[in-house]
Amino acid sequence: MSARRLRTGASIAVALVALGTAWAKSPPSTAARASNACDGAAVATTAASTPIDLDATGLSADATHTRPADGVLSFTPQYPLWSDGAAKRRWIRLPRGTSIDASDPDHWVFPVGTRLWKEFSFGRRVETRLIERVTEREWSFATYVWNEDGSKATLAPARGVRGACESRPGVRYDVPGVIDCGSCHLNRASVVLGFSALQLSGDRDPLAPHAETPGEGDVDLARLVERGLVRNLPRSFVETPPRIAAPSSTERAVVGYLHANCGACHASSTPLASLGLDLEYSIADAARGTAPAATRTTISVVSSSSLRTGAPKTRVVPGHPETSVLWERLATTNPYTRMPPLGVHVVDDEGAALVERWIRSDLAPKTAPESTPR
Amino acid sequence: MIRSTSVVLALAVAACASSNLAVDTRAKVSETSSVERGRYLVQAMDCATCHTPFTMGPNGPEPDATRFLSGHPESVKITSAPKLDAPWGMAGSMTNTAWAGPWGVSFTMNLTPDDETGLGKWTFDEFQMAMRTGRHLGRGRPILPPMPSQAVGSLNEEDLRAVYDYLKSVPAIKNRVPDPLPPASAQ
Repeated sequence: MSARRLRTGASIAVALVALGTAWAKSPPSTAARASNACDGAAVATTAASTPIDLDATGLSADATHTRPADGVLSFTPQYPLWSDGAAKRRWIRLPRGTSIDASDPDHWVFPVGTRLWKEFSFGRRVETRLIERVTEREWSFATYVWNEDGSKATLAPARGVRGACESRPGVRYDVPGVIDCGSCHLNRASVVLGFSALQLSGDRDPLAPHAETPGEGDVDLARLVERGLVRNLPRSFVETPPRIAAPSSTERAVVGYLHANCGACHASSTPLASLGLDLEYSIADAARGTAPAATRTTISVVSSSSLRTGAPKTRVVPGHPETSVLWERLATTNPYTRMPPLGVHVVDDEGAALVERWIRSDLAPKTAPESTPR
Repeated sequence: MIRSTSVVLALAVAACASSNLAVDTRAKVSETSSVERGRYLVQAMDCATCHTPFTMGPNGPEPDATRFLSGHPESVKITSAPKLDAPWGMAGSMTNTAWAGPWGVSFTMNLTPDDETGLGKWTFDEFQMAMRTGRHLGRGRPILPPMPSQAVGSLNEEDLRAVYDYLKSVPAIKNRVPDPLPPASAQ
């Protein structure tokens, strides 16, 4: 081959490489990319390996779904999330021989292969959600919708199922889409919600709204530690089950309620931290004597949210729930301003009443005692 | 002939290398800075038509340049949706910033970087997640029609960043857009 041909061929080759590299930089697919619990811009996905049938996920030992499979443990958090009154059951399975690292008592680290299921029922089973830690960096989110006779649950479409049933006459219940999962579960390094030292503490709050009685076979914090399934939890929390530190039983229940229903999004370690509303309860902070962030970031604190009509509002006005935007947004009938913004079509009357009572009575400015007549 | 072919190809390669392999035609129109690219994208996606209030000018309704991208004017109070009969299902205000439909009434947001009433405190992550998920701040209530968040959310990260950088560069205007009104059936 002549030198001239070689030079031509080389020029063509270099040009093709240059063009090819330029065209490789094309817009990425808008399909959801792998979730990453440490990346604030992560979008939730369902792993390709997720089975189509709930039967195949390893939850139950039998086809009638009456007994959990070997190694599957049931649990009941003390502060349940309000979901329009759905009855719930919850399970976890850790791969054999693994354990949860609780060195950070507020944000447990779950081993790869961990699966959690959560069943929602309105008279009959409607959906069972599944979270799985697929790899170190990837969590999978899925939900299974039950058929009418309860014999089978099938993987829901990625967009969820709007109006899967009615939670009460005339009010629809929506099965969430996979992106919705990320709204609450992909806010911080801790993807798992409701399975924590506080939520599974043996010192259960008698005033927790919608409190559920733990089942006989349920695991709680003490059992998990005993069985070596939770390791490295600071000793003090093993010896004394965690409990919200509060000046009154009402405030204890309120802080717990806000932690469970709001703290997944509204916390200092989430992408919404700039709002300055921290409703996540930290047992580590409490052990150091720090007052709960929930009271510190709400009582007499002006909301910085830019989507409010009129003047900026105060989150909690002591003695006045009607002018406290925290209560207002829990109790409003406006679905666009209601909090939480998803998973709820009906105001939680019990929770709103608790918060109202706290603001009106617990926090009411104390009047000075009348002076004694001379 | 081969010699001239080699020269042409070499020049082509040199041209590609010197413009950072920018064979992509978009780059020919915009400058290299993110803000300039954002200006181009915001112009091309025509955000201003809904996010800048219209006023009556000598040539009829036109966007009020003094309120560029500041959303529905807070002085224009709307408390209910118009009654519409089929086949009509949607209506817009004279300001082009309020939209009524089956969702209730939505108001276009203040996209200027005002800290209290606009995007001033929004991080890029919040903006990106809002556009990608169609939810307020990426986690909250759905962004309502007729906002085409799915279209903006289909931009790649570099382009979304450019839009964000441009929005942060426009004059900040204090304008508190009202909350959306729910549909009559929800009230």
